Amino acid sequence: MPAKTPLYESHVASNGKIVDFSGWQLPVHYGSLIDEHHAVRQRAGVFDVSHMTIVDVVGNGSGEFLSVLLANNPATLDVPGAALYSCMLSQQGGVIDDLIAYWMGDDRYRLIVNAATREKDLQWINQQATPFDVQLTERPELAMLAVQGPEAIAFSLAQMPADVGQAAANLERFQACQVGDWFVARTGYTGEDGFEIALEPADALTLWRELLAAGVAPCGLGARDTLRLEAGMNLYGHDMDESHTPLTSGLGWTVGWEPPQRRFIGREALEAQRGEVTENLVGLVLDGKGVLREGQKILDGEREVGTVTSGTFSPTLQKSIAFARLSKDSGDGLEVQIRTRRVPVTRTARVFVRNGKAVLPAS
Amino acid sequence: MNVPEELRYTPSHEWVRMNDDGTITVGITDHAQEQLGDLVFVETPEVDAVVEAEAPIAVVESVKAASDIYAPINGTILDTNAALGEEPELVNTDPYEAGWLFSMQPADGKEFEQLLDAESYQAVVSSAE
Repeated sequence: MPAKTPLYESHVASNGKIVDFSGWQLPVHYGSLIDEHHAVRQRAGVFDVSHMTIVDVVGNGSGEFLSVLLANNPATLDVPGAALYSCMLSQQGGVIDDLIAYWMGDDRYRLIVNAATREKDLQWINQQATPFDVQLTERPELAMLAVQGPEAIAFSLAQMPADVGQAAANLERFQACQVGDWFVARTGYTGEDGFEIALEPADALTLWRELLAAGVAPCGLGARDTLRLEAGMNLYGHDMDESHTPLTSGLGWTVGWEPPQRRFIGREALEAQRGEVTENLVGLVLDGKGVLREGQKILDGEREVGTVTSGTFSPTLQKSIAFARLSKDSGDGLEVQIRTRRVPVTRTARVFVRNGKAVLPAS
Repeated sequence: MNVPEELRYTPSHEWVRMNDDGTITVGITDHAQEQLGDLVFVETPEVDAVVEAEAPIAVVESVKAASDIYAPINGTILDTNAALGEEPELVNTDPYEAGWLFSMQPADGKEFEQLLDAESYQAVVSSAE
């Protein structure tokens, strides 16, 4: 029986096309994925992300525990509310999941992990926590909304209780605050400014309705995927997984190598691989007609040099873009095999769009 | 859901119109375009290609997925909708007119008669939901 978020009835009422996503009944769009995508790039959109898994980590050993659990270094979190994007690795260096860790002050942290990996994540986190003085508490009762776009903050602040709005207005990017029952983080998965807000279901329902009434577009999973891909952000299970390390998933920048004595899980495997990396995740733009899709092969002449890990049509660029895991020794004349056709592709950085603007080099 | 009475249909959601000159025009149904979502690319068949009924001969791609389009009957491709190269969204906004995909010369006019009528197609869609 698929789960429903507290906003399910609102999605149906807004003509959301409901699909099963990792056991959750969620809207893929409310009529037009492309319109929703543009709403976020140009103004503001709101996503129901209540399916995501929130785990609070509290206790004397919490900092020490996370410095072992996370490939990125939580000691770099220097002000309460600061957020850290990190992978959680296996001993072999494979990516178990990616997550955001928020330091909420003192010995309190909040982790937000993927819904699709919830069970294995919780099992892994609990198992690794055993030697540490920490309490782990999942917060399945909380709803979560992501309000994203150049006007998202203004729309959100207008609908928040006064004390919440006051604190949220002062947040810098990648910072969060907790005021009463409201957790507000200036983070997101779209490449635009905005908030991710975890709160009680009744408050979430009110906020959702008020944002829609104010003109914020309801946005589904489809736009969430096209927005994150344009923004150069990985999707777990596609662009990274347990058989790939951060170093071959475009996430080398998230590995906290310093200080060398921090023995995070997977460090030895990454150190062995470092300097011998033969492939990495790159951006691709399709030069001809068609759409890049996960699984398509990339060819350098007759040699297969990579595979598309995520592909879509970019509504902002009006052409197809993708991430591909590509051999480092591949040349420039790359082609993708789309069914019976071979179509030229251009290798790019993975960030295609940021803050509403294309960042692609002119082609 | 719009299912025009005068058209014939396939279980794979193509519609087929019999033209006055005995040729047929093919597209995808309103139901199909709604299921696919915003279309961004259409790959039409080669003109003059001889195609077999139920063979995949075209592809429509939405943002989310690619879907094969099948020849509804045996015949020869006469023409394809060039407007879709620039405006694939015509399939979403006007699936039965401006969003047509290709036209064919049927090998045998009788095959058209064996396609689903509007009522039978409605039943196919209802039973799948």
